[in-house]
Amino acid sequence: MSKSNFTRRGLLKTGALAGAGLSAPTLFSPVWADGHAGYTNAPAGGTVTLGFNVPQSGPYADEGADELRAYELAVEHLNGGGDGGMMNTFSSNALKGNGILGKKVEYVTGDTQTKPDAARASAKSMIEKDGAIMITGGSSSGVAVAVQALCQEAGIIFMAGLTHSNDTTGKDKKANGFRHFFNSYMSGAALAPILGANYGKDRKAYHLTADYNWGYTTEEAVRTSTEAMGWETVAAVKTPLAQTDFKDYVAPVLQSGADVLVLNHYGGNMVNSLTSAVQFGLREAQANGKNFEIIVPLYSRLMAKGAGENVKGIFGSTNWHWSLTDEGSKAFVKSFGTKYGFPPSQAAHTCYVQTLLYADAAERAGTFNPCGIAEALEGFEFDGMGNGKTLYRAEDHQCFKDVLVVKGKENPTSEFDLLEIVEVTPAAQVTYDASIFGGDLGTCNPGA
Amino acid sequence: MEAIVLQLLSGLDGGSAYALIALGLTLIFGTLGVVNFAHGALFMIGAFCTVTLQRILTLSHTVIDDTQKDFLGNPLKVQVPYIQDWFGEATSAAIIDWSVPLAIIFAIPVMLIIGIVMERGLIKHFYKRPHADQILVTFGLAIVLQEIIKAYYGANPIPAPAPDVFKGSFDFGQLLGFEANRIIYPYWRLVYFGFATIVIASVFAFLQFTTFGMVVRAGMADRETVGLLGIDIDKRFTMMFGLAACVAGLAGVMYTPINSPNYHMGMDFLVISFVVVVVGGMGSLPGAVLAGFVLGILQSFASMREVIEVLPGINQVVIYLAAIIILLTRPRGLLGKRGVMED
Repeated sequence: MSKSNFTRRGLLKTGALAGAGLSAPTLFSPVWADGHAGYTNAPAGGTVTLGFNVPQSGPYADEGADELRAYELAVEHLNGGGDGGMMNTFSSNALKGNGILGKKVEYVTGDTQTKPDAARASAKSMIEKDGAIMITGGSSSGVAVAVQALCQEAGIIFMAGLTHSNDTTGKDKKANGFRHFFNSYMSGAALAPILGANYGKDRKAYHLTADYNWGYTTEEAVRTSTEAMGWETVAAVKTPLAQTDFKDYVAPVLQSGADVLVLNHYGGNMVNSLTSAVQFGLREAQANGKNFEIIVPLYSRLMAKGAGENVKGIFGSTNWHWSLTDEGSKAFVKSFGTKYGFPPSQAAHTCYVQTLLYADAAERAGTFNPCGIAEALEGFEFDGMGNGKTLYRAEDHQCFKDVLVVKGKENPTSEFDLLEIVEVTPAAQVTYDASIFGGDLGTCNPGA
Repeated sequence: MEAIVLQLLSGLDGGSAYALIALGLTLIFGTLGVVNFAHGALFMIGAFCTVTLQRILTLSHTVIDDTQKDFLGNPLKVQVPYIQDWFGEATSAAIIDWSVPLAIIFAIPVMLIIGIVMERGLIKHFYKRPHADQILVTFGLAIVLQEIIKAYYGANPIPAPAPDVFKGSFDFGQLLGFEANRIIYPYWRLVYFGFATIVIASVFAFLQFTTFGMVVRAGMADRETVGLLGIDIDKRFTMMFGLAACVAGLAGVMYTPINSPNYHMGMDFLVISFVVVVVGGMGSLPGAVLAGFVLGILQSFASMREVIEVLPGINQVVIYLAAIIILLTRPRGLLGKRGVMED
C-alpha cells in the first residue's frame, strides 16, 4: 500500500496559492492593461488622439461647428486647462485634469458632410492615418449608424454625437457604440402627456415625415404615444429629404379633417416645413371646433433660430437646454459662454459629455482598450452632467436620463432665448425595454 | 373641387419661381449661347441681398442694460440699431419690417454689377468653347459662390420674414363661394406670383417695345449681321447677362419669406430650371415661362396625398417624366425653334 503525499490541508493550500496566482493580474493590474496591447491604436508615448468627426460642410455645418467647439473645450478641460467645466460637477472623480491615464489629449477632426459615405471615409482616415483611439460626433442618424458599424469593425469606441433615431441603439446597435443623446421613442413618451394636457385627448393628427430612417422612427414614436392616449392619425405623408418648399404638402392639411400637424422633420426640412405651415395660417386656424396646433418632435436651438418667430408657442422635445439651472449645466454654460461668447447648443452639450464620459471610463478601466472602456461604460450611473441622474444601459448602450419638453418662446429676450422648458420628464417615464427595437449588440471588438 | 383649386394655386405659385429662374437662364442662352450653371447661385445671391440689407438696417451699437442679465449673469448688452437713433423706434421698426421689399432696390444694382463682372471676367472667355466646358466652369463658379456665402453667413437658414401686413393667409374659398377655411393661401405667396408676373411681363415688354430690345432680338436671330451693321452687339449681350442676373436675383429676394435663405438654395432650383428651359424649348423665352408654370402645376398635383398613395414617389419624378414625354413628342420642346442647339 503506497502512501499518498496529498492531504486535504495540502490540497487547500495548493489551491489557494494557485487561485491567488491566477487572480493576481486582476488584483494588481487592470483587466485590460495596455501592456497586453492587442487592440487598435494603443497609444504610445505621452499623448492619446481622439477623432472628432463632425459636419464641417453641408447643411449641418453650423451644428458641426458647435460640436467642434465643445470638443475643443472638453480637450482643454481634460488637459487641465480652463475652469474645468463639468469635470467639477461630474459625480465620478476619476478625471484629474492630467489628460487621460496621464497622457495628454490631442485630437484630429474629420468632415462627415452629413453623408454616411463621407463620414465613414473621414473616420477611417482618422483611425488608420492619425491613430485615433476613439471616434465621436455627427449630426445625423444615418451618419451615426454608418460610422458606428465602421468603428465596430475597426475595434474603436464610437461615442455618438447628435443622433435621435431609435435605430442607433436599436436595430443597428453595436457593442463598440455608445449614445448619450435621447431618441425618438423618448421624444414621443415625453411629449404625449404634455400634448394631452394642453390639447386634449380627442385630436386628429396629420404627420409630415422626412423620408429616411430618423423620420420613420420619430413618426412611429409620436404616433404610438399619441394614439395610446386617444389621438387619431388622419394621414402620414412622407416628404423627400431634398424638399425645400413644403407648400404642396401643407396646403391640403386643413382639408384633411386634421386639427394637429406633426412635423417629423429636422434641420432645413424643419425650418422650411414649419415656415410653410405658419404661412398657410395653420397656427391661427380652427378645425373640428378647436385651435389647430403644430408640433415639432425634435427641437434644436440652432434650427429654431432658422425658423425665427415661426416657432412661437410650438411644442417639441430636446435633449438639453442652456437655460437649465442644475450645477452641471451652469458650469458648462459658463465655460462655453466665456470661451465663445454665446451659449452652447444641445449638440455641443452631448459631444462635450460624451468626451468626458469616454475619458472617465478609460480612467476607471485603467486602459484605452475598447473592451475595457465598454465594460466601464456599461451600466455606469452618473450625475452632474446636465440631465440629472443618468444610466448608460448595458443592454443597448443607450443613456437614460430626463428629457426636456420645450415650447417656442413667445417673447424671447435675445437671439438665444428661443425655447422655454415646459417640463423635465423624468427618466423613468421614457425608459423602455431594450428588446423592443430588436438588433444585436454583439461582442466588443478590440481590433488589432 | 376644393383640393383641385388649392393645388392649382400651389402650382402657379411654384411655377412662378421656376419661370423666373428659367427666364433668366433662357435669356443668357438665347443671347450668348452659354449654358450657365451658375444661374442658381445668382438666385441664391439675390436672396442674400435681402439678408445683407437686413444686417445693414440692423447695424447696432451696444447699450448696457443693468436691469437685465445675459445668459452668463452679466449685465445685458442690448443692441440698438443706428436707424433707431436716427428715425425713432416706430419708423426704424417699419423700415426693418419692410426690408424684403426694400431689398429689391438694393439688389438691382448689386445683381447687375455681379452679372456684368461675371460675364466680362469669366464667361466671355468660354463663348467659343464647347458647351461641356461652359457647364464645367459655370458649375465650378456656382460652388465657389455658394462656399463664399457659407463662409460669411454660415450654413444655417436665416429667417427673412415678410412685412407684417402680408403675414397670414387669404381665404380664397370664400371668394369662390366655398366654405370658409377650405381654400386658404398665404398672402406673400400671392404677392410672389404677382411679382413674378410683373417681372416676366416687364422683360417681354423691354425686349418687344424698346430699341435696345429690338437690337437684342435681332442679335439673337443673327448675331453676325447685326454686328456688320456697326452695332456693338457684345456690349448689349453683356447688358442682357446683367439683366438675367437681375431677374434671378429679384426672384431670390422675394423668395426669402417663403423659405429662409441658405447657401444651398440655388442648387435646389438649378436642375429643375434646366429641365424647364429644355421643356420650354432652348432659347425660347415664352417657352420657358410656359414650361415653368406647366411643370409647377404638374408637380403640385403629383404631390397630392391621394396621388402619392396610388403612385408612391411620383411627386419626385413627375417633372422628369413630363420632360421625357414632351421631348419624345416635341423634340424641340413646347415652343422651341428649329436650329437652336441642333448644329
